[in-house]
Amino acid sequence: MLSTLELKVTPFHERTSRLSVAQNWRRWAGYRVVGSYDLSLDHEYWAIRDRAALIDVSPLMKYVIEGPDAARLLHRLTPRDIDRMTVGQVAYTGWCDEEGKLIDDGTISRLGPQHFRLTAAEPSLRWLSMNAVGMDVRITELTDQVAALSLQGPKSRAVLNRVCKDKLDGLKYFRWMNTSVGNVPISVSRTGYTGDLGFELWMEADQALPVWDALMTAGDDYGITPCGILAMDMARVEAGLFMLDVDYTAAPHAWIEGQKSSPLEMGLDWAVNLDKKGYFVGRRALEREKREGSAWRMVGIEVEWEGLERLFAEVGLPPQIPSMAVRESRPIMCDGKQVGYASTSTWSPVLKKYIALAHVQRPYYEVGTSVLMEVTVEHHRKYAPAKVVKLPFYEPAWKKK
Amino acid sequence: MSVNTYDAIVIGAGHNGLIAGAYLARAGKKVVILERREIVGGAAVTEEIFPGYRFSEFSYVVSLLRPEIIRDLELPRHGLKILPLPSSVTPLDNGDYLAAWADHEPTRREIYRHSPRDAEAMDEYSRVMARAAKAIKPVLSLVPPDPSSMSVRDMLGLLRLGKYAKSLSEKELYRIAKLVTQSSADLLNEWFEFDALKGTKSASGIIGTFLGPHSPGTAYVLLHHYMGEIDGAFRAWGFAKNGTGGVTAAIAASARALGAEIRTNAAVKQVIVKGGRAAGVALENGDELRAKVVLSAADPKRTFLGFVESQYLPDEFVTQIKSFRVRGSSGKVNIALSALPQFTCLPGESPLHKGAISISPSIDYIERAYDEAKYGQFSKNPYIDIIIPSMIDRDMAPPGHHVMSCFVQYAPYDIEGGWDDQKRDAFGETVIRTLERYAPNIRRIIVGKQVITPKDIERIAGITGGNIFHGELLLHQLFFLRPAPQWADFRTPLPGYYFGASGAHPGGGVMGAAGKLAAHEVLRDWR
Ligand SMILES: Cc1cc2nc3c(=O)[nH]c(=O)nc-3n(C[C@H](O)[C@H](O)[C@H](O)COP(=O)(O)OP(=O)(O)OC[C@H]3O[C@@H](n4cnc5c(N)ncnc54)[C@H](O)[C@@H]3O)c2cc1C
Repeated sequence: MLSTLELKVTPFHERTSRLSVAQNWRRWAGYRVVGSYDLSLDHEYWAIRDRAALIDVSPLMKYVIEGPDAARLLHRLTPRDIDRMTVGQVAYTGWCDEEGKLIDDGTISRLGPQHFRLTAAEPSLRWLSMNAVGMDVRITELTDQVAALSLQGPKSRAVLNRVCKDKLDGLKYFRWMNTSVGNVPISVSRTGYTGDLGFELWMEADQALPVWDALMTAGDDYGITPCGILAMDMARVEAGLFMLDVDYTAAPHAWIEGQKSSPLEMGLDWAVNLDKKGYFVGRRALEREKREGSAWRMVGIEVEWEGLERLFAEVGLPPQIPSMAVRESRPIMCDGKQVGYASTSTWSPVLKKYIALAHVQRPYYEVGTSVLMEVTVEHHRKYAPAKVVKLPFYEPAWKKK
Repeated sequence: MSVNTYDAIVIGAGHNGLIAGAYLARAGKKVVILERREIVGGAAVTEEIFPGYRFSEFSYVVSLLRPEIIRDLELPRHGLKILPLPSSVTPLDNGDYLAAWADHEPTRREIYRHSPRDAEAMDEYSRVMARAAKAIKPVLSLVPPDPSSMSVRDMLGLLRLGKYAKSLSEKELYRIAKLVTQSSADLLNEWFEFDALKGTKSASGIIGTFLGPHSPGTAYVLLHHYMGEIDGAFRAWGFAKNGTGGVTAAIAASARALGAEIRTNAAVKQVIVKGGRAAGVALENGDELRAKVVLSAADPKRTFLGFVESQYLPDEFVTQIKSFRVRGSSGKVNIALSALPQFTCLPGESPLHKGAISISPSIDYIERAYDEAKYGQFSKNPYIDIIIPSMIDRDMAPPGHHVMSCFVQYAPYDIEGGWDDQKRDAFGETVIRTLERYAPNIRRIIVGKQVITPKDIERIAGITGGNIFHGELLLHQLFFLRPAPQWADFRTPLPGYYFGASGAHPGGGVMGAAGKLAAHEVLRDWR
């Protein structure tokens, strides 16, 4: 038995712990998951961008919502138009408090007319139940019972086609289907956290290992590579995807108003369906924000290399930047004052650029604005010239094809 | 303007020509890039030599390609991906190996296994070389000054121009000056004792030269290869997705997107001169194209002795170009395989199969290989630099099958009696026999092989003399002396005619600096 003082391990632990050369573990929602398998992140990162990366994402919170009012509940809870969601569809969404500030984000899969799966970063049972008062729904948490694998990269489809009973060629971006691997039933969604071609696989926890093994064997010819969450962290920044409590503070975790963010501020305009019918939590506030414009925006920041090089050359060094994503706030300046902050920055190996996700104030968040980002050069604070750019930084043609 | 009238004509669609064309188009110029072959890329091409098996036919690894070019031309958006080469390994005659990885600890432990002393020496050696490379690197992106003679003092002066030079002590500067003139054998013998380590290190000092590890000047080439390794996150050798042709395909796509026109099957015969200025080109097919400037990105011999009538160039310059050394010394064998070669030292499939594999057991081995070449023969026991691209990029061969790239030295361009089919076959056989010593199953799994001699490099890639760098990386052919004294700033004695390829400063390799810098000089002169 696991003592309560230990972190939980995922259903894949038997495999992942053995494969991890680096034994570099990270905490994720009370679980212990592999940070990186290798001593350097190169091999895992490039698996995401060029081959097939197998990532254990079991710690994702998972809920099943069933019953005659299941759609009504999600319609009320999120800014997505659930009525327009067909069975087989997956929708990414954030959800808000009454003030229109983000509580969490995740995906909703419509498994049946009255049957949904919701993923979340944070425990959400209480929030779900509170909003379901008087509704005919059953909400079940399946976080520990359902194992999840993310297979990401341009070769992910080819690998799955080899192991799954059904071909995945017809599975479109943000759709899911049922199939099986050997005799293990799984559901596969065309989703992920990397901005590349990719899939997430959902299965019963006690049948997880045969699926892992089948993928590893079938993927061998395609260079399948177990990948930890550190390499994924670089990829998700390139893809312009943010992370709860890193790039935004969940409203319930905020001590002060200024720490909260709305989905519009986070650039989720496309996922806020203000044209949908009826009430949803935060609707009034979001309508107002839409009318008046957002005070902040999450944007992409691209550091100008030549400028960075000059700062380092002043002390006789070539630019020194960490070769992994850094979750550390860095001031963004313009016109002699601070106008925002970068929340995650990373070297992008595919773009050969130093990039960051940042919160920037109006009007500085317009694409093309020249700003400065604080960097540390030999223990001194310096300001590197940078630009506000459109997200995502990187989007390969095959992501949605 | 008529269809055949341009602001600028670029001759040659190697990576340098494509880059020059892209930068000119980016500045709003109407540009055409002319290529004699049916495909673009020059020495940086991928070809499907056998159905299903794709090869980086000539150049096979990338390290020097300048990141600012990647960013300026948005090459990732046009498909460029550079996949890291994680390791290198030298098989030993006793069935063991010597390996190196990107990570310091395992590498140190590995060297320690063979020589504890060398393990420590390596740390310091790396620091010294990296600092020297750091000092020299900025010089690569400078347009060379124009001193009339070359001395150690000039060399130091040039280094002081470098942005990082102020962090170097006088002692270090002199160490660099020494490095630049030393032989790689002398340098390495000062530091190390383990033969395979010295052999492998010395190999990078002779690549593309007609010299042995004991020849003075080879230490510099060693340093030249260190350049790619000093920038931390963007370090080291990589393999381009879809082979080296993936690099030029991305540059070509970017150039087109920027508005440049690229014509293949368009061999240039001559540069048209009007009123003492380059005014266009005449193609082999008889077409004439007009432009304000012409930029040649072909090799220096073609550029100055082939395309331009000698009356338009000063005699002294013509003499200098004639004596510019372009003797090819390397060949390549590209092999399609039905399975993974089984190296005695790497049974089964090892992660080391993803990196470079070097047949370089000792300095003596390589020097002996050179001895044969000196007297007009190809080496009977050659130095071979191997990679298995299908282990890095699975799209290079059918699933389960592999392609293997073998860069071989020495194979002299001026082989005794001249190259013919029989000698090419014998050369190929020598390479297979050498490989067999380390990977006994190799012959049985060969599906097809392409043997490339320096003569073939000249014939296929259009590089006079077949030297992989368009001219040896020798001290007297570098910096402000490349391709000739006073003409290292991408201008030529013929006004309106520019030169920006591997035969120009800062030299060969898929680096792009010459093409980019040449385009900048063209734009600077634009009126
Ligand atoms: C076998 C081999 C292996 C190598 N390995 C490596 C390596 O691993 N890594 C590395 O960095 N470098 C390597 N190199 C060196 C590198 O490939 C070259 O330095 C580089 O590709 C040269 O680029 P370039 O644009 O200067 O010239 P090129 O690529 O030679 O381009 C010149 C172009 O001009 C064209 N041309 C010639 N005449 C005419 C004409 N009359 N009209 C129109 N077009 C013409 C040619 O067809 C060619 O396309 C290798 C080279 C060879 C040959």
